[in-house]
Amino acid sequence: MEYTLFILLLPLLTFFGLGLFGPKMKPCVAGIIGTVSLAIAAALAYFTAWDYFSAPRVDDVYATVVPFHVEWLHFTDKLHIDLGILLDPISVMMLVVITTVSLMVHIYSMGYMKGERGFQRYYAFLSLFSFSMLGLVVATNIFQTYIFWELVGVSSYLLIGFYYTKPEAVAASKKAFIVTRFADLGFLIGILLLSYFTKTFSFELLTSGDHSIFADAAGVTFLGGSVISWAVALVFIGCAGKSAMFPLHIWLPDAMEGPTPVSALIHAATMVVAGVYLVARLFPVYYFEAPEVLVMVAVVGAFTSLYAAVVACVQTDIKRVLAFSTISQIGFMMVALGVSGMEGHAGLGYMASMFHLFTHAMFKALLFLGAGAIIHAVHSNEMSHMGGLRRKMPITHITFLIACLAIAGIPPFSGFFSKDEILAACFEFSPVMGWTMSFIAALTAFYMFRLYYNIFWGKPAQHEHEPHEAPANMTVPLIVLAAITCIAGFIPFGHFITADGISYNIHLDWQVAGTSIVIACIAIGVATGMYRTGTSPVPGRLAERFRGVHTAAYHRFYIDEFYQFVTHKLIFGGISRPIAWFDRHVIDGAMNGLAWVAQKTSYAIRSLQSGQIQQYAFVFLLGTLIILVLVLYV
Amino acid sequence: MEIRMEYYLIISTIMLFAGIYGFFTRRNLLAVLISVELMLNSVDINFAVFNRYLFPEAMEGFFFALFAIGVSAAETAVAIAIIINIYRNIRNIQVKKLGTMKH
Repeated sequence: MEYTLFILLLPLLTFFGLGLFGPKMKPCVAGIIGTVSLAIAAALAYFTAWDYFSAPRVDDVYATVVPFHVEWLHFTDKLHIDLGILLDPISVMMLVVITTVSLMVHIYSMGYMKGERGFQRYYAFLSLFSFSMLGLVVATNIFQTYIFWELVGVSSYLLIGFYYTKPEAVAASKKAFIVTRFADLGFLIGILLLSYFTKTFSFELLTSGDHSIFADAAGVTFLGGSVISWAVALVFIGCAGKSAMFPLHIWLPDAMEGPTPVSALIHAATMVVAGVYLVARLFPVYYFEAPEVLVMVAVVGAFTSLYAAVVACVQTDIKRVLAFSTISQIGFMMVALGVSGMEGHAGLGYMASMFHLFTHAMFKALLFLGAGAIIHAVHSNEMSHMGGLRRKMPITHITFLIACLAIAGIPPFSGFFSKDEILAACFEFSPVMGWTMSFIAALTAFYMFRLYYNIFWGKPAQHEHEPHEAPANMTVPLIVLAAITCIAGFIPFGHFITADGISYNIHLDWQVAGTSIVIACIAIGVATGMYRTGTSPVPGRLAERFRGVHTAAYHRFYIDEFYQFVTHKLIFGGISRPIAWFDRHVIDGAMNGLAWVAQKTSYAIRSLQSGQIQQYAFVFLLGTLIILVLVLYV
Repeated sequence: MEIRMEYYLIISTIMLFAGIYGFFTRRNLLAVLISVELMLNSVDINFAVFNRYLFPEAMEGFFFALFAIGVSAAETAVAIAIIINIYRNIRNIQVKKLGTMKH
């Protein structure tokens, strides 16, 4: 399967090609080059998937294939950094997800970004992102992951700040980069700890289930936790930063300043699930060596999910609602991993998490692309500027509705199946976790239908010009993704991806499934009652009644303000400013003082330097005589 | 009357200090040059005298004196060439007027 290398090389070459020669091309040529190269990469990815999954199983498990491998940096015989391609069920699935969503976004952007300044640059960055993300998922070792992890970070930064003349976009791109970079510090320390004690970077060795490689770490503890627990907890901090887990989620809502297709690709479907993917990749390490960290993953995921769902209920900017919904859904995936076991039925959470990752990527990309079409039509992100669009934009309306039903968990759409598996796994972990996640699922259904009704129903808003359906190159990706959303739930996912690799038959637990359907329907019903007509006084009255909570939720519970306070008041004001003062006045002052003294002294004795040799010689002679006298008489 | 070594040394000391005095006080470049020559010649006398009185069988002192005379002749030639050039440029060889190079 050596051709897998071309899945990575094609976007990379496209990036260089468009980056170097883009400005000389016509915009549409650049767009077509980017799209075609990604289409070929996608075809190769599908072919890889077919090739991989059609190969016979070895011991009931799909064999791990390494079609390409080079040793890049050699430190010792055991410790070396390699670059390579690792194909196992989850990386093959990610290849398919990334290339599919990326291809859809490439096609969609031809319409959405038409006539924008820097169209070629946009496609170059999209190619760079696709390359980095594909490199991340096929990494053979944790260090390669780290390299591509930073590459996706930088391409995310470049794309969020695409409209670099807009101050909010620049601020948002910096925020995203700094927050994730801060989290990546934890990731790096985690990598160093892990590789120091296990003497390897390789995923294959780390996840082989062979306990002996952790032997060196036995007995090494720090603050009550074993060193491997600390290492994987630090790695999880990196994952939390990338996947926008509380309290490192603050960059994701602001990242919506980027172009909407970018939000669909990076901040909904692919990059933000990199954290989930990495936890899944290292799952055996978490499960066998640090089960307490896995509980932490579950708790962080559940809390983030709840927090983001509550905030999403009161936001008015449609992209912000979708951003918080993304955070909430990634929380679901994290919880599923956190509650998962390893073998057979106990490994349900792991399978459910990957399944949800797959379905969520499709329907959330669809939601974002739909939102992009709406924003394209009404030139605003605010819900109050929309309303009554269902007749004017029928295709967007139907596809958006499908995605909303999928995320709300209504059968037969894909979200129902994956979310149901997550809920089943949570109920098996503990009833409290199960009911919490069910409640969040209800909130999800509620806020998604609040969004849906506010956009497509309710009072039609006044527009400068009549909103109309998007062009074909924007609606076709919507239709394709909607079709995937409709059928993806029926994929026998357990046959492809499970925690222990052994095929597992998904069977719906109708008790859990029935409960979740009923809850979702009730939530949708409530949303219908409150928002369908757009004239119901209930939302306003509720907001008035719970004004404190409503305002706090609208301001995202002041987490950003808290960070602002900590960074600006405490760190900048309390630490940086005194240091700056010390530097400017004491250190610089001492240096300037020295220079000042030297300058003043030299001005004072300047007149002695007459340039008259005779005078110099006279002084010289005088000095000689004085020394002579001293030598003779002292 | 025996001519003792000290008489020579007294004369050469007088010559040296006369040269130093002239070097400090004269304002004419040629006079300064003459003062320098005076100092050099006093040293030559010392060389010859020390050789003659203290080490009569050796010749190094005489050779050194000859050497110094040769070097000072070359030096004088260079100095006079410089002085002539200065004179061509500023029509003056007074030391006080030579500050123009400073600015």
